Amino acid sequence: MNGIYFDNSATTPVDPRVLEAMLPYFTDRFGNPSSLHQFGRDAYNAIESARETVAKGIGALPREIVFTSGGTESDNLAIQGAAFANWEKGKHIITCAIEHHAVLNTCHFLEGKGFHVTYLPVDGGGLVDPESVKRAITKETILVTVMAANNEIGTIQPIREIGAIAAEAGALFHTDAVQALTKMPLDVVKDNIHLLALSGHKFHGPKGVGALYVRKGLKLRPVVYGGGQERGLRSSTENVTGIVGLGKAVELGMAEMDDSVQRMRKIQKRIINGTLESISGCFLNGHREKRLCNNTHFRFDYIEGEALILSLDMMGIAASTGSACSSRSTETSHVLHAIGIRPEQGRGSLRISLSKMNTMDEAERYLEIIPNVVGRLRSISPINTLKKTELDGD
Amino acid sequence: MAYNRKVMEHFSQPRNVGEMQDPDGVGKAGNTMDGDVVVIYIKVKDDVIADIRFQAFGCAAAIASSSIFTELAKGKKISEALQINRQQVSNELEGLPPNKIECSIIAPDAFEKAVRDFLDKQGREFIRNE
Repeated sequence: MNGIYFDNSATTPVDPRVLEAMLPYFTDRFGNPSSLHQFGRDAYNAIESARETVAKGIGALPREIVFTSGGTESDNLAIQGAAFANWEKGKHIITCAIEHHAVLNTCHFLEGKGFHVTYLPVDGGGLVDPESVKRAITKETILVTVMAANNEIGTIQPIREIGAIAAEAGALFHTDAVQALTKMPLDVVKDNIHLLALSGHKFHGPKGVGALYVRKGLKLRPVVYGGGQERGLRSSTENVTGIVGLGKAVELGMAEMDDSVQRMRKIQKRIINGTLESISGCFLNGHREKRLCNNTHFRFDYIEGEALILSLDMMGIAASTGSACSSRSTETSHVLHAIGIRPEQGRGSLRISLSKMNTMDEAERYLEIIPNVVGRLRSISPINTLKKTELDGD
Repeated sequence: MAYNRKVMEHFSQPRNVGEMQDPDGVGKAGNTMDGDVVVIYIKVKDDVIADIRFQAFGCAAAIASSSIFTELAKGKKISEALQINRQQVSNELEGLPPNKIECSIIAPDAFEKAVRDFLDKQGREFIRNE
């Protein structure tokens, strides 16, 4: 594929070194980790080695890592698992308004099962106020779940403070770190995290594999029942190739994090400043400073997101509007709504998400293209009519 | 979801686009909250659409269907042009994705309003020719 790939929050290309590490496990080293013979032992050793690497990446112990099919399953296991294992202690869960649907829809499901959920608001930059967690927490609260960093606008949450508040109140703290891992340091002990969800394909690992960190001694009710793999928390023959790939991706992501982050920060800064300087009626969504190194999110007056994405695509640039899940519907994303953006303002959103593989040349090419693309769509748009109806409050 | 080549062609090179000076009628349909906005301008001569232009805030389907609508309406009698419905717009575009069918109704709506505006100015009554 040619062109510039600026949609790395949706997914990333597999690092060739990750692929290389995975390949033998499809063919020669194909064993089932549960088997007693040498083929089984070989596969077992491979996933245990990956477990150590993943654990090390977040300051955890190997036995605290449960491999899953990805971020969504990890979030489900964490939230459903903690809720159903602790319902006798209380039925209250705290989360925030801009969580990924993997968290929000799991919470909605639990509401139907008799749990009650507090959805904390965020400020204009997308930040959860730790004080609001403190105010919402009660004796009934069994779980607080707040993402480490947001997938649409990149806002980094004060998880350490929130985790401490949860711990003090005797509640568990889960964080969806799907976007954050390898883009910022995470330490489950220092950050007061009991449960942490991660996904391989967001940092150059394969799709279909993720992990959940489950703090030692913590009880969860499984979501998937069967042969008792993953300490009974996630039955099913292990996805050995995927787990090996995840391990390699974490290893590389951690080893190269400092360089990669620095590199992405420079490109991010250039894209933000260049876009805001060259286009009027353009605004940056999300937080100025507390923002993932790979995220930029703009809104443009008088144009519509899908038209913008398709126009960029025709020019060889792949980006997204809002999150990948909501780009097929005309509803403004729940994230933009929560940070106070009116529906009509949210229509013209553009998310550019970088990876370590992007270059400054690509940013410069984008900056050459974007003013023309926005200009063309605005030349089609009934700007004067829209201005008038805005004044009318129509 | 993917658009076909014809939709993409009208999206990337829309026909009859832009504001019209001294139109005989103007109509606007849709809203920016949860949908698209299309404005249609018409010039009328002997009850024939002598010229038509559009502006659109919206997705590729809205832009492409407005573009094709103007091509269909141009040169037609008002009564004939009012018969162009979203099915015809969609057919002319060789099909739209199912979730985008709604977007093709805005241009016919805006056109009808432009016709009403034109007739109003002339003190004539709007009668739909069934």
